[in-house]
Amino acid sequence: MNETTPYILLSALLFSIGAVSVLTRRNAIMIFMSIELMLNAANLAFVAFAKQWGQLDGQLFVFFVMTVAAAEVAVGLALIVAIFRAKKGTDVDDLSAMKN
Amino acid sequence: MQTLILLPILIPLAGMLVNAAFGGRIGGRAAGLIATVAVAASFGISVVLFAQVAATPARAIGADFGPWIRVSELNVPYGFRVDALSATMMLIITGIGGLIHLYSIGYMKGDPRTPRFFVYLNLFVASMLTLVMADSFLLMFVGWELVGLCSYLLIGFWFTDIKNAEAGRKAFVVNRIGDVAFVLGLLLIFFTFGSLSYGEVFEKAEAMRGAAAGVLTVITLLLFVGAAGKSAQLPLFVWLPDAMAGPTPVSALIHAATMVTAGIYMLIRSNVLLEHAPIAMQVIAIVGALTAFVAGYAALTQWDIKKVLAYSTISQLGFMVAGVGVGAFVASQFHLLTHAFFKALLFLAAGSVIHGMEHRAHETGQHGADPQDMRNMGGLRAKMPLTTLTFILGGLALAGIPPLAGFWSKDEIIAAAAKDNPIAFALLGLTAVFTAFYVGRQIFLVFFGKPRSADAEHAVESAPTMTIPLIALAVFAVLGGLINLPKGFPGEAWLGDWLAPVVGKEPHEPLNLALAGVFVALAVAAIAGAVGLYRRFASADSVDPLTRLGPLYAVSSRKWYLDEIYRAVIIKPFYMGASFLARIFELGGIDGIVNGAGRLATEMSETLRELQTGFARTYGLVMLMGAVAILVYFLVSGTAR
Amino acid sequence: MGSEFIVFLAVAIVAIGAAVGMALSRNALYSAMFLILNFACVAVLYLLLNAPFLAVAQVTVYTGAIMVLFVFVIMVLGAEKLPAGESRKEMAWQRPLALGLGVLLLIQAAYVVFTRVVSSSATKLIDSSPLAIGKALFGPYLFPFEVASILLLAAMVGAVVLTRKE
Repeated sequence: MNETTPYILLSALLFSIGAVSVLTRRNAIMIFMSIELMLNAANLAFVAFAKQWGQLDGQLFVFFVMTVAAAEVAVGLALIVAIFRAKKGTDVDDLSAMKN
Repeated sequence: MQTLILLPILIPLAGMLVNAAFGGRIGGRAAGLIATVAVAASFGISVVLFAQVAATPARAIGADFGPWIRVSELNVPYGFRVDALSATMMLIITGIGGLIHLYSIGYMKGDPRTPRFFVYLNLFVASMLTLVMADSFLLMFVGWELVGLCSYLLIGFWFTDIKNAEAGRKAFVVNRIGDVAFVLGLLLIFFTFGSLSYGEVFEKAEAMRGAAAGVLTVITLLLFVGAAGKSAQLPLFVWLPDAMAGPTPVSALIHAATMVTAGIYMLIRSNVLLEHAPIAMQVIAIVGALTAFVAGYAALTQWDIKKVLAYSTISQLGFMVAGVGVGAFVASQFHLLTHAFFKALLFLAAGSVIHGMEHRAHETGQHGADPQDMRNMGGLRAKMPLTTLTFILGGLALAGIPPLAGFWSKDEIIAAAAKDNPIAFALLGLTAVFTAFYVGRQIFLVFFGKPRSADAEHAVESAPTMTIPLIALAVFAVLGGLINLPKGFPGEAWLGDWLAPVVGKEPHEPLNLALAGVFVALAVAAIAGAVGLYRRFASADSVDPLTRLGPLYAVSSRKWYLDEIYRAVIIKPFYMGASFLARIFELGGIDGIVNGAGRLATEMSETLRELQTGFARTYGLVMLMGAVAILVYFLVSGTAR
Repeated sequence: MGSEFIVFLAVAIVAIGAAVGMALSRNALYSAMFLILNFACVAVLYLLLNAPFLAVAQVTVYTGAIMVLFVFVIMVLGAEKLPAGESRKEMAWQRPLALGLGVLLLIQAAYVVFTRVVSSSATKLIDSSPLAIGKALFGPYLFPFEVASILLLAAMVGAVVLTRKE
């Protein structure tokens, strides 16, 4: 049992909570936020392992993840705004255009 | 020498090809001439071959044109054999065939499809020659099938009337039934003797003698069923009366003189096999005699001039078959020859009569009465003297009046039957009486008395192209008996000696005066009786005096109700079975399976399609499931460290 | 080690609580707040894990920028009150299934951690000062750095284009 093991476990737990939340929510924004939570959990794992193996690379990776997350949020929220304008609602279930 | 043997077959084939290619352009008359010349050339070569065969001590010329089928033990070459039996048949086929070709030129005048007619006729001659000249059962079967085909084509020649087409189909189908048995017989021959060539099979059969009686009985019975189909024996003769739907020359050539004799020829050729299967011979004799009786009885009351002759043909074929059954092969062949002459003559003369009856309809353009119904005829001897004379000669020959040809041959068969098979003898005897009766009836109704319709009044004798063959055939009908006179007469048993290499030496029989005398007397009495009965038959609507016989008359005129019986017993169940298969099994079963498979695919795909819900969340869920599953896999397989 | 662990435990509990709160809250705004709390806890954890630069970056970028964006959008769209309607009948089984899968995932992670992860010996302390990070960024990680900046540019353009009124 390393000293970073609890961090890993915490990360896994947060990730699971985020995953379940993504799958059970219907509001697009909520889903998005849950995705952020998941990303965050992954970041935590990275940093923990960086400490464990004594390498800086883990932290650098987190740096990039944050960057990408920011970009993704920007675009994603723009999308949601656009959809909201079209559908007057943010329920993702309404977004299904498949013929049944 | 070798090519000479092939020529009689090749020349009519060439004639057929020429007519097939150019017939439309050169017209009916020219096509007819080409065809007739071709057959005449065949006849000439047949005569040459006949002479050569006579000169050879073994009385057989063979020719082998190379291998045809060579599969493990089966070795069938293109082998031809001209021996005493086949040379005789060749002369008949090409000789009578040639005369009939000539006759057809006049008979078919005006018919737009005449060139096609001659194409078929030439093909027929070539096929029939193949049949009799073959050196093996298989090659003979090729000819057998081809003549069946030609029969179908020619019977249904005027196919625009559906009844004619149906008659052709009936002929072919009934023939086919016989052919199935024939093929089984061939298979059994090959299985037993290891070969299909006449020479080898007969040698081995002779060597096996009594030991193979069982298998030989089966073989010969199977072959006989095939012959029954082709030669119109019970119960497969129903096609022949219907075949009268074809033009009269066809009836004369195919259904009197040649094709129907193919079965007899085949049986005579296989006499070696038959002789060692006595049970089969008995069966054949009885069937033949029975056929003769049944058909002769039916002929008594027919009104159509050709139908009478059709049933008469069946009856006489029965005589020939019975002759084979009692072992009188020479007598059978003798009767085959004489019958070919006088029956062809009778048919051609009947055609001439029909033509005469149609004359008024052609001239005035009006639709006349049925030209083939004897009730509409009468008194034609004044209008068509040549036809009358030749017809009477043919008829008397058929009835067995001496010294015409039919008497000698028929008498031989009856005498042989008397010795060998009492039942057959009784039946044949009765039939002979019937024969005389219906001959007398027919001659009187057609040519004597007063004309009973306008067509008969205005009948006109036929053209020389038609009457010359009549005269030629009449000569043979009169003199034909000379080739096989009984013992004590000059040139006795010439045919018997001639055929000895093929059928074995038969002793020369003297004429059984008692038997002959009795039958001649009966025949004369029958003819007189017929004349007496029909003397008062004055108008086309008159009733047949025989109707007084009530149910006996019905059985005859309805031809023993055989057509009705066949329809109920065989055809109807067959159609029911076929329609069951077509509707229920095919549509419901097979189509159901195929369609069901299609439906299954569609429904499965529709079900599977519901996996794609279009909801993003479901996809996310599935992704997670996938991720978990992959993790599990990695963990379990120990790939992840 | 002991005191560190206690701090960790406290922060972890708050983080988990915040996460669950975010997951369960019916009000989007409250969820956002919970998430911010969660991020803050994670920043503290980064500090514990010897990543000071990242801790500050977390607070600045995540809570300061990303969550602000979220809150803005939530306010603009007026989506704080979430519809409490029933999910469609085809999705009824999703919730239990998702929960199950989440638990499964957790178990797997625990399994991996406890059986596969190799214990290391002494963990040497890494130099994670901003200077070191900067050197790494402009050194071996230069290329990803530049690509990331292009990505940000693309995101900016995308955001503007997507929300343009036609």
